[in-house]
Amino acid sequence: MGLFADKYPNVAFEEKSRLWEEVKADPRFPTYLYGCYECGICVAACPSARFYDFSPRKIAQAAAREDVELIYEQMNDDVWNCSQCFSCNRCPRQNSPGGVITILREVAVRNGLRSAKQALEGYSRIIYKIMGTGTQVSPDMLQPDAFPDWGPQVRDVSADLDAWRRALPPETLHTVSTGWQVDDKTIIELYLIWHHTGVMDMIAEVDEGLHMILSDVMEEKLEEAGYQM
Amino acid sequence: MADDAGYIPYDAVNTKSSRRFERQPEYAPQDFHARVFELEADGEWIVQRVPEPYVEVMTKYGRKKKIPIELTWHHKSCGQCGHIPGYSTSIFWLNRKLGLKYVDPTDQTSCTAWNYYASATSNAAAQASVAMRNFAAAYETGYYPLIHCGTSYGHYKEVREEMLHHVEVRHQVRDVLKKLGKPLVMPEEVVHYSEWVHAMRDRIAAQQTRDFSSLAVTVHPACHYYKLVQEDAIYDPDIYGGQRTATVSALIAALGAEVRDYSTWYDCCGFGFRHILVQRDFTRSFATRRKIEVMKEEANPDVVITHDTGCVTTLDKSQFVGKAHGANVGVPVLSDAQFAALAMGAHPYRVCQLHWHSTEYRPLLEKMNIDHGHAWAEFQGDLKKLKSGEKEYLSWEDVDAG
Ligand code: SF4
Ligand code: SF4
Repeated sequence: MGLFADKYPNVAFEEKSRLWEEVKADPRFPTYLYGCYECGICVAACPSARFYDFSPRKIAQAAAREDVELIYEQMNDDVWNCSQCFSCNRCPRQNSPGGVITILREVAVRNGLRSAKQALEGYSRIIYKIMGTGTQVSPDMLQPDAFPDWGPQVRDVSADLDAWRRALPPETLHTVSTGWQVDDKTIIELYLIWHHTGVMDMIAEVDEGLHMILSDVMEEKLEEAGYQM
Repeated sequence: MADDAGYIPYDAVNTKSSRRFERQPEYAPQDFHARVFELEADGEWIVQRVPEPYVEVMTKYGRKKKIPIELTWHHKSCGQCGHIPGYSTSIFWLNRKLGLKYVDPTDQTSCTAWNYYASATSNAAAQASVAMRNFAAAYETGYYPLIHCGTSYGHYKEVREEMLHHVEVRHQVRDVLKKLGKPLVMPEEVVHYSEWVHAMRDRIAAQQTRDFSSLAVTVHPACHYYKLVQEDAIYDPDIYGGQRTATVSALIAALGAEVRDYSTWYDCCGFGFRHILVQRDFTRSFATRRKIEVMKEEANPDVVITHDTGCVTTLDKSQFVGKAHGANVGVPVLSDAQFAALAMGAHPYRVCQLHWHSTEYRPLLEKMNIDHGHAWAEFQGDLKKLKSGEKEYLSWEDVDAG
C-alpha cells in the first residue's frame, strides 16, 4: 500500500501494477531513475512546479518506492503538466524525472487511459499534421482565431500568407500547408515507420476517429507506391 | 576593448567568489565516440565522418567536438520554417555569404519530437527510426547533417544514446530501415547549427558591416541544447569561465555587443511542447513573469538572443498579452543566426523576415543604424511584384542583387 489515500480505488491494484511493469520494462527506464535523495533540486529547476500543483520530486519518489497507486494517480493527474524541458536533469542522483514522465505518458497513451484522451483533446489536428505530412508546424496554422493571444501580427501573416511564403528565398519554403517541401518518397518512408513501430496502434487507443482518417490517407499513398499494409 | 573582444569574464556570472573551477574529466560521462566507432567495426552501422575542414571546439567536460564548416545537409526545423522563416533563411544566407557549400533537402521530415514531447503518441523505436531515416538521407547525398532545431538536436542525441546502449532498440530500428531500403548511419557528431555559428563567429565578425557596440543583449540558452545529453554542448573557459554553455554568448561578444546577465537564465522559456499549443496560459505566464520581466528589470536589454525554435516563438509571441496587462515587457527576440546575419549586413525583411515576429523590433533596428522604413518599402515592392505575377518567387539572386 502507498503512503497516501488511493485516489482511484475503483481501478484494481493488479491493473495499476500491470501499467507500472510496462513503465519499468521500457529500456530507457533504468537510466532515468537511480533512486532519489529527496533533495528537491529538480523542483527548484522545474517550470511546471511554479505554476501547477506538480512536483518532479514526487514523481521520482513514487517511482523509486514503486508506490503503484500513487504512480497511477500521477499518470492520470500530473504527467501532462510537465513541460518536458529537462531542467530536472540537474538531479545530483543523475535521474531524469522528465524522462520518467515521458515513459509514464507513453504508457498512458498506449493503454488508452481516459485522462490521456482528455489531455489530447483538441490536439488531434497536430498529430494529423505531423504524422500525415512529415512536418508538424505549417504556415497555415497561423490563424487569428487559433492564436488570438499572439496579437494582431498573426492576422498580418495569415492575410498575406501566400505572397509572404513566395517572398522566402530558399526554394523549399514556398509551401503553405507544410513547413517545407517534402518529397512523396520521404512521406511514404515516414508512413512505413509509423506502421512498423506500432505508432498507428497507439493512435487507435487514444483517438479512433483520427486513426481512421490517418489510415485512409496513408493506405492510399502506400498502395499507390506498391505497399500492402 | 580589442584585447577583450570575444571574452566574457567569469565575474560576469560569479560576483560572490574568486574561486576557479577546473574541468575534472573523471566526473565526465563515458565518451560516446569510442562506442560509435566500435559498432561500426562490428558491422552494425556506418559512421558518417565530419567532413574536412572542420573546427574543433571544447565541450562540457573538456573533450573536443568537430564542427563541420561546409558540405552540410540542413536538417530544417518545422517551427522555424513554418512560423519564423527568417530564422532558417538567415542560416542559409550566412552559408551563402561565407561562400560555403550546403544542401537544403526535400528528402527530410521533421524529427517529430515536438509532437512526441507534447503528446507521447509515439515510442522510442519510432522516434529513433525517424532520426535514422533522416541521417541515412543525409549520408546518401554525401553532405553532413546540421540540425537547425534545438529540439531535434537534443532528441537526436537521446536517440544516439538509446541506439548505443539498447541493442533491442538498435536492431528494431535497423530492421525498419532495411524495409525502407536505407542503411543504418550514425553521424560522428550530432551538430546544432548554433554550434556552427559559434565555430564561425570570427569569420562572421570579420565580415561585420554594422556596429553593434551600443547593443545590450540577454541570452536565453535553450534547454534542449545543453540540458539533454549535456556532455557534448559547447563550453569555453573564456566564456563565463566555462561555467555555462558558450554557444550564443561567444558570438554576441565576438560581434562587439554587451552580454548582460539576469538571474533566471537557467529557467526554460515556458514553451512546454503541449502547453504552447493547447495550454498557453502557462506558457504566457512563464515567459513573461520568469523571463522577459526579469530580463527587463535586471538587465534592460535591447534584444534577447536565443538558439532554438520554441524559445524564439515563446518569448516573442507571449509578450502581446503581457503588454495588454501592463507587464514590464517589450524586448525583441531574435535567433543568433538572424543577429549574425544583421551584423553582416543582411536585409531585415528579405533575409531575416522580421515581419513574422510579433514584439516590436524597430527600435532595435534603429540602434543598429538600419533604415527600416526604407527596407520595408523595398520589401513591399517585392510583394507587389509577387502579387501582380511579375515574379513568381523572391530568389537568392534577387536578395544578393538588392
Ligand atoms: S533532484 Fe533528483 S535526487 Fe533530488 S529530489 Fe529530484 S529526483 Fe530526487
Ligand atoms: S522536464 Fe518536466 S518535470 Fe522536469 S523540469 Fe521540466 S517541466 Fe519539470
